[in-house]
Amino acid sequence: MKFRKNALACASVLALGAGVAQADPVTVGLITTLSGGGAGLGVDVRDAFELALQMAGSDAIHLVVEDDGQRPENAVQIADRMIQSEGAQILTGIIWSNLAMAVVPAVTAQDVIYVSPNAGPSALAGAGCTPNYFNAAYQNDTMHEAAGQYANTLGYQNAFIMAPNYPAGVDALTGFKRYFQGTLAGEVYTQLGQTDFAAEIAQIRASGADSIFIFEPGGMGISFMRQYAQSGVDLPIISAAFTFSQDVLPAVGDAALGVINTAEWSPDMDNEANVAFVAAFQEAYGRLPSVYAAQSFDTANLILSALAAADISDLEAFRTAMRAADFDSVRGSFRFGNNQHPIQNYYAREVVSVDGVLTNRIVGTAFEDHQDVYAADCAME
Amino acid sequence: MPDKRREYALNAVLALGLLLVPLWAYWAGSPFTITVFTRIAIFALAAVGLNIALGLGGMVSFGHAVYFGVGGYVAGIAAQHAFNGETFLGIAGANQMLIIWPVAMIAAGLLAAVIGAFSLRTSGIFFIMITLAFAQMVYYFAISWPTYGGEDGLPIYVRNTFPGLNTMRPWNLFILCWCLLMLAIGAFALIRASRFGAALMAIRQNPDRVAAVGISPFGIKLAAFVISAMITGLAGALMADLSRFASPAAMAWTMSGELIVIIILGGTGRLFGPVAGAAVLVGFEVIFGGMTEHWRLWLGLVLLLTVLFARGGIVTLIAGRERLG
Amino acid sequence: MTAALLFEQFLNGLQFGLMLFLMSAGLTLVFGVMGLINLAHGSLFMIGAFFCAAAAGLTGNFWLGLAAGMAAAAAAGALIEVTVMRRLYTRDHLDQVLATFALILILSEGTKILFGPFPLYLDVPPLLTGTVDLGLTPYPLYRLALIVAGIGVALGLWLLIGRTRLGIRIRAGENDREMIAALGVNIRALYTVVFALGAALAGLAGALVGAVQSVQVGMGEPVLILAFVVIVIGGIGSIRGAMVGALLVGVIDTMGRFLLPQVFALFLDPSKASGAGAALASILVYLLMALILVIRPKGLFPVHA
Repeated sequence: MKFRKNALACASVLALGAGVAQADPVTVGLITTLSGGGAGLGVDVRDAFELALQMAGSDAIHLVVEDDGQRPENAVQIADRMIQSEGAQILTGIIWSNLAMAVVPAVTAQDVIYVSPNAGPSALAGAGCTPNYFNAAYQNDTMHEAAGQYANTLGYQNAFIMAPNYPAGVDALTGFKRYFQGTLAGEVYTQLGQTDFAAEIAQIRASGADSIFIFEPGGMGISFMRQYAQSGVDLPIISAAFTFSQDVLPAVGDAALGVINTAEWSPDMDNEANVAFVAAFQEAYGRLPSVYAAQSFDTANLILSALAAADISDLEAFRTAMRAADFDSVRGSFRFGNNQHPIQNYYAREVVSVDGVLTNRIVGTAFEDHQDVYAADCAME
Repeated sequence: MPDKRREYALNAVLALGLLLVPLWAYWAGSPFTITVFTRIAIFALAAVGLNIALGLGGMVSFGHAVYFGVGGYVAGIAAQHAFNGETFLGIAGANQMLIIWPVAMIAAGLLAAVIGAFSLRTSGIFFIMITLAFAQMVYYFAISWPTYGGEDGLPIYVRNTFPGLNTMRPWNLFILCWCLLMLAIGAFALIRASRFGAALMAIRQNPDRVAAVGISPFGIKLAAFVISAMITGLAGALMADLSRFASPAAMAWTMSGELIVIIILGGTGRLFGPVAGAAVLVGFEVIFGGMTEHWRLWLGLVLLLTVLFARGGIVTLIAGRERLG
Repeated sequence: MTAALLFEQFLNGLQFGLMLFLMSAGLTLVFGVMGLINLAHGSLFMIGAFFCAAAAGLTGNFWLGLAAGMAAAAAAGALIEVTVMRRLYTRDHLDQVLATFALILILSEGTKILFGPFPLYLDVPPLLTGTVDLGLTPYPLYRLALIVAGIGVALGLWLLIGRTRLGIRIRAGENDREMIAALGVNIRALYTVVFALGAALAGLAGALVGAVQSVQVGMGEPVLILAFVVIVIGGIGSIRGAMVGALLVGVIDTMGRFLLPQVFALFLDPSKASGAGAALASILVYLLMALILVIRPKGLFPVHA
């Protein structure tokens, strides 16, 4: 009996929520990972988004945040609730490709706008592109393509490449190989969530490579770098930003010093928007922003700029305003390609220590105005 | 027998409550409430399946999420092939639920027959661990198998169809799930009352005595294990259609844990235990998940207190202990 | 492929196996003595790593951190035993699974509240950095130290159980609970001590491994599942079985990851071979476990009872 009462109460609360949600501000749902091992990334995304709204002083957005626990079925359910009972018209926040793949097709089919602050799976960039999906971060392959390209610039001839055995890992190695012109001393897939890399490091030692490319996001990268530093193997490492972003650098420690990693943003970028962002983020949260925070900050400002230019009730006009991307990006230049993924510069960054704090600074440019390869398969425009 | 009457009343309240709240939500125009209750119905269905193995047969399977996941993949793969016209090992795709459901059940059943044949050689804690290990095996395979998306999973762009119903409408999908849940609960009751069920429960209590009368405990247990997996597989197919997505995450060991949680919260071996357990678990997630990012801490505390102080779960708390025999 | 590489990989497998042993020893001890299945053992591993990292960060001394990690895990273990586990000894495995599953949720979220959502930093002590030349190949000194530590703990455990009063009680507890209670041994205190000992071993493993791994919430669960594989292979309740199982799992897992892609490369292109080899390697230990259980359903060293 008790159960039924609670369920009824819960249902009526939900129903009430649906009734009051359509006031003036547009409801934006931020679904991100705030619990479990990947929580650091989600916390950065949430904090930067809230910071952007604060700094803009705009009340155009009513923000709802919820934790997906890094589980696809949770993300789907939260998306359903935000749309169906809280009246969200724009969703954003998802970190992981597999969660994005679960949520984005279902959400965009209901004429809700989804803006990605991080994940960019290829399936959504090519033939599966859709007018209601915007990616304000990067397409997954491009970060690794930049690493491949910059490996050429650095004169690497014979690389050992390594990634976890799951779709994003395969995409990473494919992306790197697409631009890298040297030979491969080895190509290894590790297990997702692997914590011990002794076997791989021994192979690297024996491979005769002159450089290493890795894609080991989150805890895997931390573990690999710690163990690599102890191994006595001293080959240069090149990587996409994920393993050397501000969220994990303190945990990797000095082992990361000098590593080259590619990204579309760096905390030392000298444009007005970025200087203000980095200072405000540090002031508000007492730590340096990660690349995820920067992408989320841009996502918020992109949405704000479109809301200022068009009413979301006219979806076509709103999408046009989004495509215009008329905002001050912390990346300097930012524009959308035909598949609504960014065309942007990719930089090579080096891990350095500034006043005892590990961070990144730009040492070169891998690509200018680079677009992902899948854009050609997208039927839009 | 006042206890029996109270349990009947509670069951009726659960069955009707599960139907009437979404019906009310349908009139009130709150589709999300319907979605939540669909989820409850599907989790309850999966747990009814596990309840046959665990509640009746005493087989603590810590790997039932695999059958849930396999059911989901059947729905996902069939839908994908129906969408792109390719075939799976020469079999054409389908987007008919009436075809997908039996296929999902058969696939889950076949897998359970293999896993069960190995696992049922062991018992007790060994059985718990070996079912977990097999589940991990399938899980890692699904993550690294690129054809159907690997860890990214498999989106279902258009929900599979049911003759005469638009399954994209929340209420229609809900009523399908509710009916299947009631059928499965009916099947559970029939099994429990049958000679097969009596043998199964006897094996749980005293395997040697059953073997002495000439019944093979292994055969009976394996049959129950397969039936159990088939029902959980069916639930998996429904879940994939509800979330329009099939994913290896549905096979993660935490999902196996949650299915056990549902059963124990509700009341192990009780007819409507899974419904009560699923309602509490999903309700908890929906209500507290929105309030605090630390909701798992509170969920853990509630579970812990339930095991320590409310043995027999919700059904027992309200309707009293079950009388055996 | 050279002999040096094979030798190095074997050492890696050995080291991985010994760390698994530290985890498995506590699990199997607790099961052997109290008949309890503890899913939250991985959380104790995590607690050890977090407290070690935090204490080492504050004091700048790894060894103080190590002590703090072990102490924290042992304290957490004792606290859990007194408040929760004690009520579960007479229950069936199902209740134990659920209660300890609940503990995982509580301890993971609790750790996040206490230490924040970002991974912590824990460095190898200066004394153990760098590599040593083993003749065939240079090898990281820290990993060598892990091997030594693993063997040392195993020996210590063997002495403890075989030669001390506490060990006699533990062995008696495995055989007959009523009997030792009748002999006047304080069984409650014994159980608390055994549980705390297992927890301390898990905490030690977490702290040691934390220096070369990511110290993050959820780090315990993958190790926990492997530890279960280990004790099932070895025979639940058997310390000797845990040792053999841990070494088998450690070496086979490491060798599989290393050799399988090369085997596949004989008939597939390198990229595909790498993927297929990695996929098979990730399920290899589970296949091993299934195989052993088919031959010996109670593990390699079955414990009577």
